[in-house]
Amino acid sequence: MNRDEIFSKVRDVLVEALAVDEDEVTPTASLVGDLGAESIDFLDIVFQLEKTFNIKIGQGELFPEGANITQDPKFVQGGLVTPDGIAALSARLPHVDFTNFAKDPQVGKVINTFTVDSIVNFLERKLTA
Amino acid sequence: MRWMWIDRVVELVPARRIVTIKNVSLAEEHLHDHFVDDPDRGLPACPIMPASLVLEGVAQSAGTLVGHAERFKEKVVLAKVSRAEIRRDVGPGCTLRYTAEIERMDTVGASTRATIELFDHARPTDGYVPIGEVEMMFSHLDNNMGQAGKSGEAFPEHNFVFGDSFKTLLRTSGIAIPE
Repeated sequence: MNRDEIFSKVRDVLVEALAVDEDEVTPTASLVGDLGAESIDFLDIVFQLEKTFNIKIGQGELFPEGANITQDPKFVQGGLVTPDGIAALSARLPHVDFTNFAKDPQVGKVINTFTVDSIVNFLERKLTA
Repeated sequence: MRWMWIDRVVELVPARRIVTIKNVSLAEEHLHDHFVDDPDRGLPACPIMPASLVLEGVAQSAGTLVGHAERFKEKVVLAKVSRAEIRRDVGPGCTLRYTAEIERMDTVGASTRATIELFDHARPTDGYVPIGEVEMMFSHLDNNMGQAGKSGEAFPEHNFVFGDSFKTLLRTSGIAIPE
């Protein structure tokens, strides 16, 4: 399955899970900021991706869940994610692009790094692994 | 019992399927308001079960199934109605049957799929007729919002979701509460 085919299926899942229009689901759209995803939607998206792509996605594999890096005082100082924290996030979530986030690493904004593209990146790696 | 919108669990296959029934009665006060007559428009009273309460019954059924699967240790809350379709009005003297199945479940929650069927006692030969489908997501509260979860909020230790009303419902339905 090529990247365009993956994107097309991801778009269908997001349209269904988030009740958004097809044209809103662009590669750079952030799930929370642009598409209005709430916490339970992440679980819904994971379940629907598993069904659509016939794969198993471990907890915290696609989206960080539970006690994660951003709750670790080692990686967050004064409300900002430290360079070590960004490195740890990048290592844990290689499908997410933290380049822009690194310029203004407010911990509350880390959720905006989850874009449609990050899901497509994740699936591209997963399906070829 | 307050706010119980199912009368009996008729089948429970752990972690897979639950079947419940709800008898709709004219003694339920909300039917007298939903809907009252409108003499100005020449409309008589029209008592029908509010669709929102049908959904609540489905949620209680599916939520019980999800809760039972984890021996009622998790606080299971309805998090999302992904899809709901109810095609017929339901009046007093009818029985609703809800069949809910767990589609997918993990430590943070579950997705479920349910069908709604109607038995009209005035037309018994029709049997149970499908009138709707519902997809719902449930969250295990402590693992999402609680101290083990994202926002780290503190919730009471006891399981306030599955209280005495649920226990009575299961007991009167002959369903053992798993230890």
